[in-house]
Amino acid sequence: MYNKGTIIPGLIFFVLFVTFPVWFQGLKAGDMPKPELPPGGEKQCVMPADYMRANHMQLLNEWRDNVLRDGNREILEINGKKYPKGLQMACMECHSRKEKFCDSCHTYAAVDPYCWDCHLTPNEVASKEATH
Amino acid sequence: MDKQRRKFLKIAGASVVAGIGAPVLVKLSSSPALASSDGGHAPVAAGHAPMPDAHGGGHVEEAPEGVRLGMVIDMRKIADTPALLDKAISACVNAHNVPQFPDKKNEIKWIWKAPFENVFTDKSASHTSKRVADTQFVALCNHCDDPPCVRACPTQATFKLAKNGIVAMDFHRCIGCRFCMAACPYGARSFNWQDPRPYIKKYNKEFPSRMRGVVEKCNFCGERLALGQEPACVEACKGTGAILFGDLNDAGSEVRAVLDKEFTIQRKPTLGTKPSVFYIV
Amino acid sequence: MIEKTLKGKPAYWIWLAFLGMFMAIGVACYIRQYNFGLGMTGMSRDVSWGLYISQFTFLVGVAAGGVMLVLPYYVHNYKEFGRITILGEFLAIGAIVMCLLFIMADLGQPMRALNVVLHPTPNSMLFYDAIVLNGYLFLNILCGWVILTAERKQVKPPKWIYFFVYLSIPFAVSIHTVTAMLYCGLPGRHFWLSAIIAPRFLASAFAAGPALIVIACLVLKRVAGFDAGRKAMDKLVTIIIYASILNMFFVGLEFFVGYYSNIPSHKHALEYLFFGLEHHGHVYNNLVPFMWAFVILAFGSIALLATPLARKKNDFYLGLGCVGLFLAFWLDKGIGFVLAGFVPTPLHEITEYIPTANELGVTIGVWATGFFVVTVLYKIAIGVEHEVE
Repeated sequence: MYNKGTIIPGLIFFVLFVTFPVWFQGLKAGDMPKPELPPGGEKQCVMPADYMRANHMQLLNEWRDNVLRDGNREILEINGKKYPKGLQMACMECHSRKEKFCDSCHTYAAVDPYCWDCHLTPNEVASKEATH
Repeated sequence: MDKQRRKFLKIAGASVVAGIGAPVLVKLSSSPALASSDGGHAPVAAGHAPMPDAHGGGHVEEAPEGVRLGMVIDMRKIADTPALLDKAISACVNAHNVPQFPDKKNEIKWIWKAPFENVFTDKSASHTSKRVADTQFVALCNHCDDPPCVRACPTQATFKLAKNGIVAMDFHRCIGCRFCMAACPYGARSFNWQDPRPYIKKYNKEFPSRMRGVVEKCNFCGERLALGQEPACVEACKGTGAILFGDLNDAGSEVRAVLDKEFTIQRKPTLGTKPSVFYIV
Repeated sequence: MIEKTLKGKPAYWIWLAFLGMFMAIGVACYIRQYNFGLGMTGMSRDVSWGLYISQFTFLVGVAAGGVMLVLPYYVHNYKEFGRITILGEFLAIGAIVMCLLFIMADLGQPMRALNVVLHPTPNSMLFYDAIVLNGYLFLNILCGWVILTAERKQVKPPKWIYFFVYLSIPFAVSIHTVTAMLYCGLPGRHFWLSAIIAPRFLASAFAAGPALIVIACLVLKRVAGFDAGRKAMDKLVTIIIYASILNMFFVGLEFFVGYYSNIPSHKHALEYLFFGLEHHGHVYNNLVPFMWAFVILAFGSIALLATPLARKKNDFYLGLGCVGLFLAFWLDKGIGFVLAGFVPTPLHEITEYIPTANELGVTIGVWATGFFVVTVLYKIAIGVEHEVE
């Protein structure tokens, strides 16, 4: 092999560099996030918790297209509880603390959804009710 | 060997092109949103195709099928009680978290006041009656039956709802190209030149705000209609008959009764957009 | 062939560094804009397109202008253009890169730009614009590269490439036609609502594009020892003069329609551009100096280019005439055309537009990027020419 002296250290450096995120934390993924359950004590959601954990983003997209694009804003009724389709109107009614619920996993998974660029958290709403 | 590599590259290249192109073709051939561009309702009776505006003025013939939400604004009542308009505007601002920018550059307007000559630029403003000259008129999105903004939008972020004729916005999809703003002949669209939140006075928790970089406009209160409520501006003028709202295609509706009785005008009817907002002057 | 870009005289590197500096300024300004929003620009609710879209419109023309070399050479077998056709194709690449950058700079949500592909919308003219612009970019890269490679190996270009060469001709026409259709199909914007827009765009494109190529040839003659040939230049100047005259004729027709019909909405924008528009006691005339500069530069340059002085003997006057025309049409299309469409607004108010420093920074950055791309591509083309000799 030609240029053994450069290629092998180069390869080693490259492998170390691209695996940086894996070994930098000492091969640990860090503490698992513990999203806060609804402070109001609600036990029931529109779907089972397992489903929501894995698929809430698809569900939200589906609701969004339903409401905005098809104009189907009918209110869901599940086990006697009414849910208007919407992040602000349904989800955040129970999961009222975005910072302790949504953010805990999103930060851990390093995802940054743009939901709250527009949608308001109860905290934000409260911040601008007093001025009225 | 070289030949084979070349062949491989050719096939690989072709597959990449096909892979990128296929979704577009599939979308184009199956997109339901495309169907709505010709009204969404297929059975237009033969020989009853609405004529384009050949009379050069007056009301354009309407497509008779389906629900078509519209509005009649009685400017006589607003002239008598100008405060009604302020009530209507602030109801809209509160309902939709509309930011209040102090400068004209950043302004976001859903429903707003303007003089007759600005709202009706193609009507004569010479020797107008004193009442018309002294009254602030009202402008908002016309929810056109043939909206130029929807034609212009490259992503279907603005579109006509087939079920009620509302020209709606999907803020999640808007790329902020502002083609719709150039296309709208009524100046009904506003762009978020910067983050609007610091300029929202009070939040309505039932409605989102917007982010910077998207276009917004009046949505005929689609979210309130779903709850069986009237649009915010209509509700604010309740009991006065200043702003009426209903289905233009329903012969029994309140708006139709007024339209049948009174002489009304639309904004820029000669452009063929078929506005759904009518004015009694 | 790319290795040719890595070897050059100090002047080459200084020039690239000079452009790189402006590119860096552009990037810095864009980051500011990206973080704050388009409020960093001078655009407003009433003038919702500004410098970015007007530069885009002008540069589509520059890109389309390259076809004035491809057409005579490949269709009419006009051999004199053999050496410079590649310059036309490479100029088109640089111009389209600028166009795409200006579009991106103008988007409120640039991260969602791919929505145009994910949600294709054939009723929108922007959909077609995206197709033809990217298609033309691809065609020019493909044709330029394949033909240059063949030239370097001193063999005939493969036959299949001619399909793409001929295809690029209608594409060149369509990029500017579709760009005109962005404007001329909008109801209620009277200045743009004119069937002459597309022909006028093409005429000014066929003048401005080749004018820039003549300038490039004159520069290359001095700095790179590349001689395009007097005959080729002379033919280009003929094309430029006719196209310029056509453009001025079309502008005149707009004046006739507006002023003879005496319909106010047809006159407003022209009045605003050339004389100042009076509204509620205030005269709005920001663009008047630019437009008269356009008229004077255009007629002056046409006259200069038509004299034997510029055509036969003097490179300086030839260059001066072409620079004048290029500037003239930049003022016409790259400033006046887009901005005047917003005057008056749909509610007959008048808002004027003044770009901000940050906006100018981004604009200069994009222009520098375009010149950078063209410089590097020309370095390759000239390098191959010299190698063959």
